[in-house]
Amino acid sequence: MPIAIENQEADMSNSITRALIGAALLSASFAHQALAETTLNALFMAQAAYSEADVRAMTEAFSKANPDIKVNLEFVPYEGLHDKTVLAQGSGGGYDVVLFDVIWPAEYASNNVLVDVSARITDEMKKGVLPGAWTTVQYDGKSYGMPWILDTKYLFYNKEILEKAGITAPPKTWDELAAQAKTIKDKGLLATPIAWSWAQAEAAICDYTTLVSAYGGDFLKDGKPAFQSGGGLDALNYMVSSYTSGLTNPNSKEFLEEDVRKVFENGEAAFALNWTYMYNLANAGADSKVAGKVGVVPAPGVAGKSEVSAVNGSMGLGITSVSQHPDEAWKYIEFMTSQATQNQYAKLSLPIWASSYEDPAVTKGQEELIGAAKLGLAAMYPRPTTPKYQELSTALQQAIQEALLGQSSAEDALKSAADNSGL
Amino acid sequence: MSGTWMSTRAWLLMTPLLAVMIAVIGWPMVQTVGLSFTDAKLVGTAGTFVGLDNYARMLASSNFQRTLVTTVWFAVVSVGAEMMLGVLAALLLNQEFRGRTALRALMILPWALPTVVNATLWRLIYNPEYGALNAALTQIGLLDAYRSWLGEPGSALTALIVADCWKNFPLVALIALAALQAVPRDITAASLVDGAGPFNRFRFVILPYLAGPLVVALVLRTIEAFKVFDIIWVMTRGGPANSTRTLSILVYQEAFSFQRAGSGASLALIVTLLVTLLALAYAALVRKTAGRAF
Repeated sequence: MPIAIENQEADMSNSITRALIGAALLSASFAHQALAETTLNALFMAQAAYSEADVRAMTEAFSKANPDIKVNLEFVPYEGLHDKTVLAQGSGGGYDVVLFDVIWPAEYASNNVLVDVSARITDEMKKGVLPGAWTTVQYDGKSYGMPWILDTKYLFYNKEILEKAGITAPPKTWDELAAQAKTIKDKGLLATPIAWSWAQAEAAICDYTTLVSAYGGDFLKDGKPAFQSGGGLDALNYMVSSYTSGLTNPNSKEFLEEDVRKVFENGEAAFALNWTYMYNLANAGADSKVAGKVGVVPAPGVAGKSEVSAVNGSMGLGITSVSQHPDEAWKYIEFMTSQATQNQYAKLSLPIWASSYEDPAVTKGQEELIGAAKLGLAAMYPRPTTPKYQELSTALQQAIQEALLGQSSAEDALKSAADNSGL
Repeated sequence: MSGTWMSTRAWLLMTPLLAVMIAVIGWPMVQTVGLSFTDAKLVGTAGTFVGLDNYARMLASSNFQRTLVTTVWFAVVSVGAEMMLGVLAALLLNQEFRGRTALRALMILPWALPTVVNATLWRLIYNPEYGALNAALTQIGLLDAYRSWLGEPGSALTALIVADCWKNFPLVALIALAALQAVPRDITAASLVDGAGPFNRFRFVILPYLAGPLVVALVLRTIEAFKVFDIIWVMTRGGPANSTRTLSILVYQEAFSFQRAGSGASLALIVTLLVTLLALAYAALVRKTAGRAF
């Protein structure tokens, strides 16, 4: 409000002020009408799990049920999701609803990017959602959103190639995997039978974490790096030996998940580690050359240490602290994570709801995947929970690549990653 | 008309531009300098004053030193190749032949492409499983089997430089071509009559006309190559094992991925300082060549 003017020009100023107030009121009355429609901005990823088309269809259904809420969707590759969220927040504009990975709640909570929604979560949700799913959105005992994509990496295999090699059952341990891959290689069926996503990106950490969980390793102990010895070191050594022995496709070190899918769908990999979404795309997709031949099991274990292994690769939907419409945003999140919505789109991402796994509408046609999911999801191993996760991950990505390329030993690479992790 | 009025008018005409520049460049710059002396986070805390700590830490870090070497190598090789290719292309396109206009238009195309599109295109060309480069090289027998170009530290940076050259040499060619068209016909004709060979004609007749504009192209391209970010971010994200990480990527990681706005700002200012020094050196060079050529 302007400060009162007390000179001769006051009259004129007053009339101007009145005119301005009038104009303001007029626009306010228009604004009031516009308020009936709330616009939400939501940020998703264009990679793995639900496809862009699925998310659009879900959102359309939400808008039909809630004509007063309009949702603008934006999709970025996973690699840009974190930075885009943080940058939008820092610049003051930003999104109302964001998709976040299981590794970010610690940082997002510490930096006040997401709001605490613990009070909004109903008893019904608490009872219905798989207990393991909640770890995706929690930090320090508070919930920063709803789990939405419940995901881990599974071992996919090409049934036809295994059969030709005379292998009767998929591997139960990582050593068995190496032995079977060697058989396939020796028989000349494939030069490099295993495909992974080891590009300098988070994808490499997900594969590494799967192995860390198999070898019973720890990322951190009392907040300090512990991956440079024990299970953490065994995991990287396994990767290096699989790479140098020629069992692993050497291009894996520039692959992301989509590259792995293409190689597997072309029948150029006997084994591949990837997320849920690959199952139906590879086994029933129009572009897949291996349709109908795709097998899926939980990632293997290590004799004496683990039965199966799995990384927690789940993601949640949260409300940002800059959102002007947290209630509408929550309504949208509730809809997107509801059992009805998730059951309807269960081909590329499996529901967070426990009872969905017994629902024939969900399991039909993907019984193998559901079977693997029951074991894999129960074994999900978390990546470290720390506000400095991005730094730790960047340092580990470098270590993994240096070890694969033979620039340093696995032990030295992990040691320098521990030094550079910021922890 | 008096000199004062001319000068006043010049200032008056410049004022709007100056105001905009101060608002969008000057003020953020001042803020960045302020930020660089703090330990501020990108979101959340405003940070406390830490003096020159950020600068000392950044300059001493092995990451910075290694990245600086990568950046200088990228800039020197890619700009060098672009200058040579650009001048050669310009000399060719300055000849009279059928289809010259079409070819000139075609040449601009790579430069007109957005960098992200260009980077995605080259990523596909270099693809280790089904890329065109692998297909072409194996089919003509230069390569025994498909190989990874962006996944090996030995070839990744070179592969990036090739992609960058393909996109940027047309700019140099365009500038050089414009300069070539200013070379008077009678001089080139006279040099022919005098029996000068192709190299001498280029060195003593054409190059003096090219030198000034080429230095401008050199300045533009070096500064841009030094700041390179997008093409690398799309193609390798700095990998494998950080062998293609440049200064701008380091700044981005520090400021945005790790959210350390303070040290990110100090790093950005170090890069700015380096680029400014380069620009000043070039400016001196421009004055020198301009003096010599004309």
